[in-house]
Amino acid sequence: MTHSPDVPRDRLLALYRTMLLIRRCEEQLVRLYAAGAIRGGCHTYIGEEAVATGVCAQLRADDAVFSTHRGHGHALAKGIPPAELVAELLGKATGCSGGRGGSMHLFKPEVGFMGSSGIVGPCITLAAGAGYTARLQRTDRVSVAFFGDGAVNNAAFHEGINMAAAWQLPVLFVCENNLYATEVPFAKATRNPSVAGRAAAYGLPGEEVDGNDVMAVYAAAGEAVSRARSGGGPTLLECKTYRHRAHSEGQREAGYRTAEEINAWKARCPITRFRQRLLQDFGAAAADLDAIEAEVRDLVQEAVRFAEQSPRPDPATAADHLYSEEDGDRA
Amino acid sequence: MRELTFVEAAREGLAEEMARDPRVFVVGEGIGARGGNFNTTVGLFDLYGEERLRDTPVSERGFTALCTGAAVTGSRPVVDFMFIDFLVDAFGDLFNQTAKLQWMSGGRLKMPIVLRGCVGVASQFGPHHSGNYYPFFLHVPGFRVVMPTTPADAKGLLKTAIRCDDPVLFLEHKNLLNLKGSVPDGEHLVPLGQAVVARRGDGVTIVAIAYMVREALRAAEQLAAEGVDAEVIDPRTLAPLDLDCILESVHKTGRLLVVDEDYAPCGAASEIATQVMERGFDDLDAPVRRLNGAFIPAPYSEALGQGLVPDAAAIARAVRDLLAE
Repeated sequence: MTHSPDVPRDRLLALYRTMLLIRRCEEQLVRLYAAGAIRGGCHTYIGEEAVATGVCAQLRADDAVFSTHRGHGHALAKGIPPAELVAELLGKATGCSGGRGGSMHLFKPEVGFMGSSGIVGPCITLAAGAGYTARLQRTDRVSVAFFGDGAVNNAAFHEGINMAAAWQLPVLFVCENNLYATEVPFAKATRNPSVAGRAAAYGLPGEEVDGNDVMAVYAAAGEAVSRARSGGGPTLLECKTYRHRAHSEGQREAGYRTAEEINAWKARCPITRFRQRLLQDFGAAAADLDAIEAEVRDLVQEAVRFAEQSPRPDPATAADHLYSEEDGDRA
Repeated sequence: MRELTFVEAAREGLAEEMARDPRVFVVGEGIGARGGNFNTTVGLFDLYGEERLRDTPVSERGFTALCTGAAVTGSRPVVDFMFIDFLVDAFGDLFNQTAKLQWMSGGRLKMPIVLRGCVGVASQFGPHHSGNYYPFFLHVPGFRVVMPTTPADAKGLLKTAIRCDDPVLFLEHKNLLNLKGSVPDGEHLVPLGQAVVARRGDGVTIVAIAYMVREALRAAEQLAAEGVDAEVIDPRTLAPLDLDCILESVHKTGRLLVVDEDYAPCGAASEIATQVMERGFDDLDAPVRRLNGAFIPAPYSEALGQGLVPDAAAIARAVRDLLAE
């Protein structure tokens, strides 16, 4: 296997493995939702795996990630074990949030995953705040906000990015522009089609990236992260990508996008593309990639088994951790 | 003991906590070199510089959420929002993020953030600078709500708020800012959830909130001349609420008036009245009464603002009515 001049072989295979892990996990969650085992909202990341994978591969465990409602991929890429993700969606005690959150409220600060959110926008300002802590405490940690194109027309985008730029905070703002905010086309929601282009208005670097090319995302994120780590301030990255499935599981394709468009993007599947590239450009052996496939499949099957067999949370714990000290303050 | 104003005492508390803990920082509009619109940070910028006294753009939602993100990553921010009317822009993130992140993360994230600023009708500030709005925070699980009424409590409760790992609303009534009072020398901390009996009496219980404590004390003097010995309770913190202190008083007096300049519907007075009726019904000789501000936005003109919030005379009248039950 020949190497990319920049990226070592192990790292290339790790990128491939993370994307596969996200895809296979999501496929299981789709199945579990259809079976009625998962309730509420369930927003899958299928088609967008290259973004979380490429960005998080540039992060350390002590770097902070704040995510959005479509956060399964970010959680896995940042290091939440698949068993804890699946268990959370099944509402089990062993879930990464102990069953308190479900699909949209994933937490594991131990690996720097500071939470996904059911509200569009706040991840941007929260990540700026983590950047403020990094500055105040003189660490070289960075923080990342993942958000969709829907968030860029929310005030949090303006206020958060403006402050991060004004104060040169070590933050990477990653817009996953999948062209639709729920079912509203980006083109109907704003006049300027470029998110990256907005960076100039705030005085920070902005870059548009092919969000279905994991190596392009990895390279752009690497540059932004090292700039932030060395005191060079924040970056806005716009990753152009597409979700293959409906906004949320259980929803129909409601006619807001065409079958041709969906099929064209599926043909640009980030995992298929990267596999071909690994085989053709980097001389990877098909057997090695197949072995990764098999390992990931087993891992995900084990995650589902673990989640299904896990206990439900104790109802008596529902009010725990409302306050830091349990002093009987229950209104 | 020294005589300090409410603002001076609170500022002393903030300065002590900033000296004690380098993780504490303040954000707000004009809290840097200017020293704060209400002089909350005078002198601190020269000591600690802009990283710890951060002048912000007019982005209440943004800097409140930014401080929420700073709090969960190990800082201890103090948001100086000036007027609570301005903080309303941040209510969404406060309710969805600040209040819930500890709980959602199973206690793995802490939320040591203080939201401090002014409430209340004063100086004809008009419809956008006279809000109270604290009942919203009593209604949402996760917040502490602190409303000191004396300089000593302002210092002691602000220091406790800054050391608390939960989000604390530290609310300062504008009419109290320049009032003087004794403040103990040395370290002075006041725990959350402890009411204080501001005046002892056994004829009737008056629970008064924030500035209304001062008016209630004046009313009690008028009533004393009429032979009515009123007990005045200052809850100091509304969440947690020291209900036991109120129940103990009601056990003695049999009658309760709750005075709150904020609106009556679904307000703090309603909540206190209900909790007393649930737990102290047998002690009550008459229904609990509320005395609230008028249910309208605060008008500018003095003419329109007549009777907008209760004063000592209105409190005394309400007590007489209650005693006639």
